[in-house]
Amino acid sequence: MIRAVAILLVFQLGGEVAARGLGLPVPGPVIGLAAMFAALTLRPALRPMLEETATTILRHLSLLFVPAGVGVIAHLDTFGRQGPALVAALTVSTAASIVAGVYVFRAVARLTGADDE
Amino acid sequence: MSDAVDLWTYLAQEPLLWLTLTLVAYLAADWGAGKVGHPLANPVLIAVILIGAVLLLTGTDYQRYFEGAQFVHFMLGPATVALAFPLHENLGRLKRTALPMLAALFAGSVTAIGTAVAVAWALGVRGQTLLSIAPKSATAPVALGVSEQIGGLPSLTAVLVIITGIVGAVIATPLLNALGVRDWRARGFAVGVAAHGIGTAHAFRINSTAGAFSGIGMGLNALLTAILAPLLISLFV
Repeated sequence: MIRAVAILLVFQLGGEVAARGLGLPVPGPVIGLAAMFAALTLRPALRPMLEETATTILRHLSLLFVPAGVGVIAHLDTFGRQGPALVAALTVSTAASIVAGVYVFRAVARLTGADDE
Repeated sequence: MSDAVDLWTYLAQEPLLWLTLTLVAYLAADWGAGKVGHPLANPVLIAVILIGAVLLLTGTDYQRYFEGAQFVHFMLGPATVALAFPLHENLGRLKRTALPMLAALFAGSVTAIGTAVAVAWALGVRGQTLLSIAPKSATAPVALGVSEQIGGLPSLTAVLVIITGIVGAVIATPLLNALGVRDWRARGFAVGVAAHGIGTAHAFRINSTAGAFSGIGMGLNALLTAILAPLLISLFV
């Protein structure tokens, strides 16, 4: 497990160095994700070494958002004044985005014959 | 009495108490959400309410809480890297669905940014608060960077990102069932684009294919939001 965490951190660190060093607009962990993906494709032997830890972290992904979510208490005055407008905007936008995404995906899947369902 | 006060003063200043509270509140919320089974019973939402209530009742400010909770927050980075696993597992299906994914990514991302800013503006939101809402569908670390770049308030954006994720996780299943879409790839991908990691966490609970595609949607939208949000904002403002 320690080895797996160390490998994940090395990829994140590499991503961070690349993002800052090259001035990329993409965050370090996302570059780390792409590099990890490339590494798994080139060396499938990495997979069993990391799989259990990666699965455990992803199963509890929700937990990792809790500290940022609690940040709402630092913005209670903004939410007191504009909370309903902000929540309405977020709800409409999230629903619209899901509907747009899912319909465009299905339409293009049918057109390109990627329909495996 | 003064011993209890001393003990509290000591514990409230240490990370241990707030880190423990974060994990215990999450476990309780996760257990409760599983028992209730209603879409509104989202573990992140319940945990945030529980912890927020404790902080407000004890007069603890967010900075102090975060000194303990940062160890959990930190794991967002390695978790993002770990998303490479479900991606790699679905490699074969990914190749076949590259075009549907790219089209859905563009549609979902533009819709998310455009409607959020338009609805908020129509309801009277202006200034930095309006700018802070634009990148809210991207995963937290990306959204904060974009918010800063376009003149928003990163700490407000963090909260808007979390609310977006919770809203997405709550509405996804009833909404997609109502639309009658049964393709787990399309369902997962659209949720990942619209509601980042919290949507992805929800998708993994429902179906592993949906979870994998949601993770891809989230990763790709992180890239696209970083490019699109500044562009769309320059058209609006």
